[in-house]
Amino acid sequence: MAHLHIPDALLVKNYIDGNEVALSTLIKRHESKIYGFIYSKIADRDISNDIFQDTFIKVIKTLKSNSYNEEGKFLPWVMRISHNLIVDHFRKTKKMPMYRETEEFSIFSVMSDDSLTIEGKMILDQVEIDLKKLIEELPDDQKEVLVMRMYQDMSFKEISELTDVSINTALGRMRYALMNLRKIIDKHQIILTN
Amino acid sequence: MAKIYSKKALASKNLKPKKEVVSFLLSYSQALTVVKIENKSFDIIAN
Repeated sequence: MAHLHIPDALLVKNYIDGNEVALSTLIKRHESKIYGFIYSKIADRDISNDIFQDTFIKVIKTLKSNSYNEEGKFLPWVMRISHNLIVDHFRKTKKMPMYRETEEFSIFSVMSDDSLTIEGKMILDQVEIDLKKLIEELPDDQKEVLVMRMYQDMSFKEISELTDVSINTALGRMRYALMNLRKIIDKHQIILTN
Repeated sequence: MAKIYSKKALASKNLKPKKEVVSFLLSYSQALTVVKIENKSFDIIAN
């Protein structure tokens, strides 16, 4: 309280002369105005604190290096520094916008995880096991074509060459394989969906 | 009563930076020494 009536210019001078308490007085005297000014533009407490801190780091460096020459106009000078830092901040965020979770906006509305849940994975595994069992029920020639096409990713040309049949026969076997699979599924009312 | 359509002012008189920020600044100031040699200035931070 003793420092309350000392003008800013004198406090600045005292600080430059090595009186650290003078800085504390200056910060206490103006923190509300400066922080309020930053917050009015930024509307985020954490970022405002960062900018407030950066502002005073500049102030301290300038005063300690004796580069300050604005006698008696301490607050407008500090405000100008913080204003420049606010502009810098908006330039940066324009390039890389930051989204923060608020009541109206959930970050998860733009961020989602498409991978299956544990339950989904278990169901998928079960479906695959069931499907393999069903394939085992098919006649050998159809099973062979279906496995080569679906599991070994071979073309019908390759399949026809390997099984020594024409492409049309391979295609026909594939078609019958799928029809038979559907029949078995319908007959036993098996649900193969995730 | 008339409705107030203007946005609530963000700046309030009681807004203050975090105590940690002010305390950091005061410690930083105590630790910092700026030495000017010719045209160059060097920041020295004491531990």
